[in-house]
Amino acid sequence: MAQIVIKNLKKEFGDFTAVRESSFTIEDGEFFMLLGPSGCGKTTTLRMIAGLELPTSGEILLDGEEISQRPPSQRDIAFVFQMFALYPHMNVRKNISYPLVSQGMPRAQVKAKVAEVAQILGIENILDRPVGGLSGGDRQRVALGRAIVREPKAFMMDEPLGALDAEFREHMAEELRALHDRMGATTVYVTHDQLEAMQMGDKIVVMNNAVVEQFGTPQEIYDKPATMFVASFIGSPCMNFVNFNGQLGPNTNELEMLGSRFGVPQTREPFEGDMAFGVRPEHVTLSDAAPFRGEVLATEYLGTTQIVTLKTAGGEVKARIPSNQTAKTGESVGMTFDPKTVTLFDRETGRALKSELNEGVLHG
Amino acid sequence: MAEVSLNNVSKAFGATQAVEDITMTIEDGAFVVLLGPTGAGKTTTLRLISGLEKLDSGSVHIGGRDVGQYTPAQRDVAMVFQQYSLYPHLTVRENLAFPLRSPILKTPEDVISKKVQEIAEILQIPHKLDNKATALSGGEMQRVSIGRALVRDPQIYLMDEPLSSLDAKLRADLRVQLKRIQADLGSTLLYVTHDQIEAMTMATHIGVLEEGKLVQYGTPKDIYENPKSVYVASRLGLPRINILPADLFPGSHKGTQIGLRPENILQADASGDGIEAKVLRSEHLGDQIRLHLDVRGHAITTLSDPHQDYTAKETIKITPQSPLYFDASGMRVA
Repeated sequence: MAQIVIKNLKKEFGDFTAVRESSFTIEDGEFFMLLGPSGCGKTTTLRMIAGLELPTSGEILLDGEEISQRPPSQRDIAFVFQMFALYPHMNVRKNISYPLVSQGMPRAQVKAKVAEVAQILGIENILDRPVGGLSGGDRQRVALGRAIVREPKAFMMDEPLGALDAEFREHMAEELRALHDRMGATTVYVTHDQLEAMQMGDKIVVMNNAVVEQFGTPQEIYDKPATMFVASFIGSPCMNFVNFNGQLGPNTNELEMLGSRFGVPQTREPFEGDMAFGVRPEHVTLSDAAPFRGEVLATEYLGTTQIVTLKTAGGEVKARIPSNQTAKTGESVGMTFDPKTVTLFDRETGRALKSELNEGVLHG
Repeated sequence: MAEVSLNNVSKAFGATQAVEDITMTIEDGAFVVLLGPTGAGKTTTLRLISGLEKLDSGSVHIGGRDVGQYTPAQRDVAMVFQQYSLYPHLTVRENLAFPLRSPILKTPEDVISKKVQEIAEILQIPHKLDNKATALSGGEMQRVSIGRALVRDPQIYLMDEPLSSLDAKLRADLRVQLKRIQADLGSTLLYVTHDQIEAMTMATHIGVLEEGKLVQYGTPKDIYENPKSVYVASRLGLPRINILPADLFPGSHKGTQIGLRPENILQADASGDGIEAKVLRSEHLGDQIRLHLDVRGHAITTLSDPHQDYTAKETIKITPQSPLYFDASGMRVA
């Protein structure tokens, strides 16, 4: 299988820049997610790797070989689309064997390969059925089968679960990931769903406005966001930002915000001006004694936990707390933040300020 | 606003029994969510109340009156559909005012403009009032179509998955807003969805539907903590509750099947207490780890601390906590 290196890859459509000089490396056997909102350039990036678009500049190395200008057929990459396009007049077996037959593979060999793939996907019992009557899940499996059967160096998937309903999507996500674990094939997967990216990915690239905002493992991106965009795109509810104006020493683990003092991870750069104090909902604790206060605007029951929305002097804050703890709408409560988990941002640029927590993750 | 009650309501389409013998009361001022998968009969129930479908048997009372023979207009209900249908050639203001201009209501102009302004503020779109409906984003359009229902003062609001066509972030915002608006106005609202998060976070009461039948009715907490069956237990909670043969665990059991919520499984290392479980895969969701385990061929999902490290095939020990027991047919026994 394959390692894919992306170097300064760029794509312009006329005046519009779809992807701005991106670089990252997809290691052999990784399940790699390209995550971002619509229009961020993730699909264009995927299409460039597959050869469906030619980059304006930059390189794509597949196992060390530069392939960015080659036609798709010479890249040995399989593409699975959002809308699984199957040949409607053929049965399942013919759909899956088609790529092999068209390569001129001997019949006996085709038969053996199809049987093997059908077994991996658990669709042996539907091989002779027409694709017309299949359920969404089976159609998806057949589309996957057609991609797998060629044994390509890598798989490209463009929101393959996007068209499915929530419950079934969850199930297919697990199935897809288990399939990957069995086959170990390098997979690049595009999605706008942060939960899907966190759940399935070994690594995630977060894109926004044609730019790679961050690249790392799911936990790293969640705990140590490089920008306010990443912090707000990942997590549900997303990271809270308490807005304030203040100053920060170059090497301190305390700051003053809106009249109260808060602990933060040891800072690694000084700052003065408009900042955002970023803290995840599960790191907010309600406490009667705490001086920093807010009014409860809403509570949302989620079973074992609940989300409490609070109005504070620095904006709205959401806390995830046990559902047996009471919080009443309209009440004023105090809150504390787990100091080890805080990320401070420069509000003008959205960039995370360097600290003991995130040094080593942030570049430049 | 009014109380709405359904008595032994049934409806079939050909051989398909869409709604079967549903009896429930939506109290004045309640926010009731009908929850169930596609085909459970949620939308049909809503349409039976609104009068868009005719009852086969049973009765519907709105504000104490039997409305069986009433047309949808006479029932005085306001509906919001999944797909916002606004008048594209009209402004937001005109779209919101439209229901009030109906010849039946004969609302004076000054009342209309006051009402429209009020609703626009509740929905946080007063600055968009003079925009063409087509110049709005998807979320704004859906807010306007909710607004078009809210300008009226009907007996009940009926909403059919109004948020499902919106993206996740907007859906989360509108959930909170809709709940607040309903509480502020004291409206009676019946809301249909297959999204358990919407049901849990907004409802005062949830009605769980299974193949046309109402299988449980209660507060979200009640349904989550005290489900009557495996089916109901599986409707709420993410990841889904684990349903396992009880004899997988040592000791005596009150039923043949045991239901364990992912958060109700105690973990220990291989030398600790509990039964052995093999780690299949750990998923980092940020605030927690979702851990997929195998216990003698049974898949179990549980949650764990996000900074814990697991290796595949590693063995850990697990112990159930606050288990729910079900009989072989899936009914709750303890």
